[in-house]
Amino acid sequence: MMKTKKNPEMDMRTRIIWGAVLIAVGLLVLFLFAFSTEAGQMTKFGLNLSKGDAFVVPDLLLPTQPTNYLLALILVGVGAFQMARGVKSTGTLVAVLAFSFVMAFLVWAARDKSFSLVGMLSSSVVRATPIALAALCGVISERAGVTNIGIEGTMLFAAQVSVIVGTISGNLWVALLAAILTGGLVASLHAFLVIKFKVDQIISGTAVNILGAGVTSFVSSRFLEKNIDALNNSGTLPSISIPLLSKIPVIGPVLFENTPIVYLTIILVAVLHIVLFYTPWGLRTRAVGEHPKAADTLGVNVYLMRYVNVIFGGMFAGLGGAYFTIGSVGRFDEVMTAGKGFIGLAAMIFGKWTPIGAYTSSLIFGFADSLQVKLQILKVGIPPEFLLMAPYIVTMIVLTGVVGKAVAPAADGAPYEK
Amino acid sequence: MPVLELRGITKSFPGVKANQDISLTLEKGEIHALLGENGAGKTTLMNILYGLYRPDEGEILINDQKVDIEGPNDAIARGIGMVHQHFMLVPVMTVTENVMLGNETTKSGVFLDREKVSQRIREISNQYGLEVDPEAYIKDLPVGIQQRVEIIKVLYRQADILILDEPTAVLTPQEVDGLFKIIHSLIDAGKSLIFITHKLKEVLHIADRITVLRLGKVVGSAIPGEVDEQKLAEMMVGREVNLVVNKKIAEPGAAVLEVKDLYVPDERGNPSVNGLNLDVRAGEVVGVAGVQGNGQTELVYALTGLLPIKSGSIHLSGRDIHKCTPRQIIEQGVAHVPEDRQKHGLVLSFPLLDNMVLCTYYKPPFAKGVNMQEKPIAENGTGLVKQFDVRTPSIFVAASTLSGGNQQKVIVAREFSRPIKLLIASQPTRGLDVGSIEYIHGRIIEKRDEGTAVLVVSSELDEIIALSDRIAVMYRGRIVDILPAGATKEHLGLLMAGVKPEDIPDSAKQKSAGPVEKVF
Repeated sequence: MMKTKKNPEMDMRTRIIWGAVLIAVGLLVLFLFAFSTEAGQMTKFGLNLSKGDAFVVPDLLLPTQPTNYLLALILVGVGAFQMARGVKSTGTLVAVLAFSFVMAFLVWAARDKSFSLVGMLSSSVVRATPIALAALCGVISERAGVTNIGIEGTMLFAAQVSVIVGTISGNLWVALLAAILTGGLVASLHAFLVIKFKVDQIISGTAVNILGAGVTSFVSSRFLEKNIDALNNSGTLPSISIPLLSKIPVIGPVLFENTPIVYLTIILVAVLHIVLFYTPWGLRTRAVGEHPKAADTLGVNVYLMRYVNVIFGGMFAGLGGAYFTIGSVGRFDEVMTAGKGFIGLAAMIFGKWTPIGAYTSSLIFGFADSLQVKLQILKVGIPPEFLLMAPYIVTMIVLTGVVGKAVAPAADGAPYEK
Repeated sequence: MPVLELRGITKSFPGVKANQDISLTLEKGEIHALLGENGAGKTTLMNILYGLYRPDEGEILINDQKVDIEGPNDAIARGIGMVHQHFMLVPVMTVTENVMLGNETTKSGVFLDREKVSQRIREISNQYGLEVDPEAYIKDLPVGIQQRVEIIKVLYRQADILILDEPTAVLTPQEVDGLFKIIHSLIDAGKSLIFITHKLKEVLHIADRITVLRLGKVVGSAIPGEVDEQKLAEMMVGREVNLVVNKKIAEPGAAVLEVKDLYVPDERGNPSVNGLNLDVRAGEVVGVAGVQGNGQTELVYALTGLLPIKSGSIHLSGRDIHKCTPRQIIEQGVAHVPEDRQKHGLVLSFPLLDNMVLCTYYKPPFAKGVNMQEKPIAENGTGLVKQFDVRTPSIFVAASTLSGGNQQKVIVAREFSRPIKLLIASQPTRGLDVGSIEYIHGRIIEKRDEGTAVLVVSSELDEIIALSDRIAVMYRGRIVDILPAGATKEHLGLLMAGVKPEDIPDSAKQKSAGPVEKVF
């Protein structure tokens, strides 16, 4: 057999392209940011959420222009090194690129002002949560071989049900449970259609999305808007501070002062990772998604595995739906999920169908989302319409460019016939 | 007392009686071969035994106990293990994960115990000579090793009755020898085996007892030594079969295809054809022998315009064709019977009549301007179906509904019915039954006798020997030697394995006496 050799010409080309991109971005930083600031301007990054914390760390004070020069230098330097020698992992390059550019931009945007870095990171984690839950829903369904693009619709149903149950019962924990069950129920409809009747999985998922948007909008305009106090005013889940951990500077307020949904998400990521890769259930789930016939010949019940995984996935999406209402604003607005279900799917792909990868990429999307909000507050002079696009643009860049070869489970989307 | 007995098994699918009243027994320590053409019902019967299908009638006895097998779990629990023809392995998982799947060993009842299973795999490996790395990923393993993993899977579940479904179909001759050694070590350990195949030589070589199936029925049984290949082939096909390709001495004419210093990178850019020289003359069959993956596929793709070449030249009757599109090449009289008939040979969802005109649909009489002409297309289809003996209910059914043999006949009908100068046939009989092989071989020789230059690429050495007037051995992208017809298998085998022509011992070159025999 012949040895597979990497083609050196190709490597050279990608290497130079990467280097050129880094240098170009470095120059962009230089011209766009560094040259438009004046010497002596300072940027203040706030590192505390509220006064009165046990430990108060001093805020980060950066001289605007030198910082931008430094970041531009880093970009150009790494780019030149990449051109000459080549860095092994593209991941490192992406990280350097993204970090330097975003930092430079923030330092520039917040010049002469104070900017709460911790506030933004904290809101990144919060905003990443529904995306992550959607992504986890995708991970567990697709690992079992069922594509679920109906996550958006599932989340809408769950969001609405949870606010109604919460308002009527007055108990937000019951509302949370109702959201999870709703998600499971909607997913079981999808599962039933695609596993039992082998309906095309994209069509079934689209139907769930259309149904979700249609039914919840109808219920909202017909009932909720007229009876806000009776039906659409649930209040929100309390924020829980984890003792001790929440006192750690910077990390504490970002990670350990959140609503239960955020904690549940992080726990789910860990649990799902362990289940998928270290337990028989996970092994069977992945086998069913890769080669269902092989699993079947070894006595694994393919249909059962798929049903259970898709329904569990739906419950994750249901939890994500609850975030929008009882997890943040306490009421339901029409199509309030705003594409987070789809961004979740992008995070799933970017995270290569692993729970931890999906969560990490959700954080990137959450960061883009919260950045957009902060910039509007800072009044940087970019029209808010463009800023609003940020998370979606990041999604597109990630999906088209950075992902590289992410390989979906082999039997993903294919119905199993004995 | 037989370890396994099937009594009167009957199974129907819509429109087909796959198994009719089949009975057979398996003794302890026996290799019982189940012989039959594709579609004879061998696999259906074994799937019933393995619980993948339920029989309509009949009963299964294991150690004289009547059993009801409702699914693979039941079969596994009763000591039945099956090595499927198409391996049931998850490519992105390790050997260990594949072996444990469905029957996992756990630590504290929750977590997979990979170490313990790896250990068990090593024990099984040592016991039966099934060498394999438990940590390797399936996708990185060659087919022969993947088969070992399948056998380990079965042994891990402590099966006593092993069913091997067409185990040699995907193996090289050397790997087949390895498999036979493993089979003997299994028998020595007290296992019993059902060996499904349609290859006659193998059956006579390995089996203790042979049961022949045809059209879902048992047509007879035999013991090797009491029957010969001819007799078995007749039982299998139901009529007299010509096992030897009858052909006259070739009368080669002018060179039709001339390939010089050809370099072709494969689809990923790796070199696969590496400075190849070859010519094929009118009225001769040149066979390209070689272990799969030595550039044969890319050679054929380059010749038919499906893959661009890096350097070198390809001349067809003196004209350079290396820059031509596939259609231009077809129009210059090249016929291509592709390696993957379902992917490159047919549009599976199209009806037969449309598949029959895939090369000529845009020309009169099949098209007038931009309009397709239904009548000539249908007449063409009807004519070819009759002429080439394609077994189909009608010319309007989709190509996907036909058996492999009949699909191949459709391709042959389309390619052979045009005026052609050069025929390129890649794996022309892969996976086909005896009857179809006989037919297609006959047609190829017929084309040769009409003065067509023929290039046959096959990984079946017997097929190459049976058809070729000259045999070119391909190794790592080059033709390492060209031998005349009648070269020995040993000689070819050594060349295929990379031994240099000058290092071949004379003993391997001894010509075999008598007509060249064909094996199925």
